[in-house]
Amino acid sequence: MRHIISIQLENEAGALSRVAGLFSARGFNIESLTVAATNDPTLSRMTIVSVGDDGIIEQIVKQVYKLVDVVKVTDLTATEHIERELLLVKISVAIDTQAKVDSQLDHFGAKIIDVAEDAYIVELAGKSQKINDFLNAFNAEQIIEVSRTGVTGVCQKI
Amino acid sequence: MKLNGAQILVNSLKKEGVSHIFGYPGGAVLHIYDALDACDEIKHILVRHEQGAAHGADGYARASGKCGVTLVTSGPGITNAVTGIATAYMDSIPMVIISGQVPSALIGNDAFQEVDAVGITRSCVKHNFLIKDISQIASTIKKAFHIATTGRPGPVLIDIPKDITIATIEEQSYPEKVEMRSYQVVGRADATQISTAATLIAQAKKPIIYAGGGCVIGNADQELREFTRNLGFPITQTLMGLGAYPATDKQSLGMLGMHGTYESNMAMHGSDCVIAVGARFDDRVTANIDKFCPTAKIIHIDIDPASISKNVAVDAPIVGDVKSVLVDLITAMKDRSTQNIDSWWQQIDKWRSVDSMAYANKPGVIKPQRVIEALYEVTKGQSIVTSDVGQHQMWAAQYYPFDEPRRWINSGGLGTMGFGLPAAMGAKLACPDLDVACVTGEGSIQMMTQELSTMLQYATPVKIINLNNGYLGMVRQWQEFFYEKRYSMSYMEALPDFVKLAESYGHMGIKVEQESDLIPALIEAFKQKDRTVFLDIITDSSENVFPMIPSGAGHNEMLLAGRDEMASTNDAGLNLV
Ligand SMILES: Cc1cc2nc3c(=O)[nH]c(=O)nc-3n(C[C@H](O)[C@H](O)[C@H](O)COP(=O)(O)OP(=O)(O)OC[C@H]3O[C@@H](n4cnc5c(N)ncnc54)[C@H](O)[C@@H]3O)c2cc1C
Ligand SMILES: Cc1ncc(C[n+]2csc(CCOP(=O)(O)OP(=O)(O)O)c2C)c(N)n1
Ligand SMILES: [Mg+2]
Repeated sequence: MRHIISIQLENEAGALSRVAGLFSARGFNIESLTVAATNDPTLSRMTIVSVGDDGIIEQIVKQVYKLVDVVKVTDLTATEHIERELLLVKISVAIDTQAKVDSQLDHFGAKIIDVAEDAYIVELAGKSQKINDFLNAFNAEQIIEVSRTGVTGVCQKI
Repeated sequence: MKLNGAQILVNSLKKEGVSHIFGYPGGAVLHIYDALDACDEIKHILVRHEQGAAHGADGYARASGKCGVTLVTSGPGITNAVTGIATAYMDSIPMVIISGQVPSALIGNDAFQEVDAVGITRSCVKHNFLIKDISQIASTIKKAFHIATTGRPGPVLIDIPKDITIATIEEQSYPEKVEMRSYQVVGRADATQISTAATLIAQAKKPIIYAGGGCVIGNADQELREFTRNLGFPITQTLMGLGAYPATDKQSLGMLGMHGTYESNMAMHGSDCVIAVGARFDDRVTANIDKFCPTAKIIHIDIDPASISKNVAVDAPIVGDVKSVLVDLITAMKDRSTQNIDSWWQQIDKWRSVDSMAYANKPGVIKPQRVIEALYEVTKGQSIVTSDVGQHQMWAAQYYPFDEPRRWINSGGLGTMGFGLPAAMGAKLACPDLDVACVTGEGSIQMMTQELSTMLQYATPVKIINLNNGYLGMVRQWQEFFYEKRYSMSYMEALPDFVKLAESYGHMGIKVEQESDLIPALIEAFKQKDRTVFLDIITDSSENVFPMIPSGAGHNEMLLAGRDEMASTNDAGLNLV
């Protein structure tokens, strides 16, 4: 199963590599990883999407928590949560495809942030599934370049 | 008064009560060595190889229960120490390693003798630090010792750039305590976990206590004795747990696992309630995990939550320090009565009567098992015994019954050949009043012979028991069993004259080739209170370690020493030899 693991850790040089190193050393997989400082500048939040059975996810949570720099680990998928990912994508447009592209953008609520003669740069935030669906709505030749941030998330309970 | 970083570092070590440092100098740590020169409280042991420094500090830590300390220079200094650090890490040994680093401004420049020490050691330390400012030295050392010695202990590395040891700062007081929001030490266990486990214990009809290194590390041997004796349950121990419970006691079944006793492994297999105390279900212990303890409820006491249900699903986890958990369990069991387990003991005694440790004598050759028995007799079971890795290690574990913790010192998790000799030196420094024997093989000892020189310099008399079978015996055994006797690279064509080698280092050497000379040679060696004696004992080159659980087999599918009649006494009806 896919799990979103949210990690609060000391905002220190090397902390990121400790977590990443742990995943590779123990053979845990990482589908995506995002990291940035939080409202407390001494803390970073890292969000990792991983896939594994319950036993593996339990080990991931315990092993990550065991790292001396880690303050808190939550498996967001175990609770009500909100998840989002940001996509930036370059889509080629031609006279004959533009109308269709525009309607897809409309349909998904994607935003054009730059327009060139024959391409758009488009922004879309949403669940990973939505982003996949959006990208699948175009054929491969239309997609020039994709850049996704990976998932971040918060627990819904205030 | 202004102090430089090196002086602050040395003062901090003094505040931590450090008595011995095992180290080796070099450019990046010269300021630290200069500060050490002015310090009388700390004895520095100048090893001959940094791996020896790490193993020496490790042996010191295992024998004393204190934190070992190693000091090495940047680059090759720290890379040489890595094997020793990983060895300590795998066995959860408290250690602080200080490594010099190139000056801050040069980090990342491929400077002379630069390696990314923090990066290289990341996966084999409990934690590591790169000091960035002189003001952090004292607090980092405080944290390092705290992290290394609390919870599940382990090695902590501090990498310190040279410029920081040179810079000066006004003297500050050493921090009294450590506060880290990201590191909390597990203490007493949750009361419901205790009562859940107590209920299972009370219901058990075929219980077994499986005690591990955590009982030694957590200094819980007395509590373990009380707990085990109160319950009257059988107890088996891992390689790392030997001595936590007296091996000569009637409730002790000996070691379990790949080379454990028949009764231990059969009892694990037949048990309905396994109480794991500070043990980590290592694959050498569980054998084939799919066949592990098919009918048992499993209780697991461990200070490290990540250890629980890592390899084997646990029915009743108890997260806590083993000492306090055992105290709580002893109390909890006072209100509960346990089942009558007489028939379980009868079954166990039947397994015991198989006498799986019996071995056949061969005229004209010295049996390695006999050497260990003789060592036990001559030292009256009171010696510290360190070992290297191989067949000799298993025989030492099997034939020297340890009644006290911290007497048996070996590399279990990493299985590091070369560990035995420097660890013996460290143990002797920690416990000068005890005899220290290093059981080794002609393969292993050659990985660290240079430390014989250190041992002369610091007068650490150790008795080296070299079970010289002429082979990398453990490798040879596997090749005999599983590779159709193709002995690829397990035989060394040339060996040194170990007696002369010892003598050239200023020690005594005795070669033993006849069994009749064995006891006299051991007596002579242990009579030499102030000298290291190297006993080069020529042993049976074809002997194998039994019992053995071959890979893929379960606890009830053991190979026993060349006795065909085993098939009938083995419950599973299996006799794989
Ligand atoms: C050639 C060779 C053969 C081997 N064959 C065998 C064999 O036949 N049988 C065998 O048993 N081993 C064998 N080993 C050793 C094996 O590889 C493991 O090192 C060993 O089994 C681990 O022992 P342990 O489970 O006691 O754990 P340790 O490595 O000693 O770990 C201790 C456990 O206790 C926990 N702990 C630490 N402190 C505390 C505390 N204060 N409170 C609570 N918990 C604590 C830790 O978190 C950890 O889980 C062999 C090794 C070699 C090199
Ligand atoms: C550093 C290291 N290299 C390789 C091994 C693999 N290994 C395990 S036991 C062994 C043979 C040990 O030979 P010896 O010291 O003579 O002991 P014996 O088994 O003969 O008693 C080897 C090579 C190891 N454990 N450690
Ligand atoms: Mg050998």
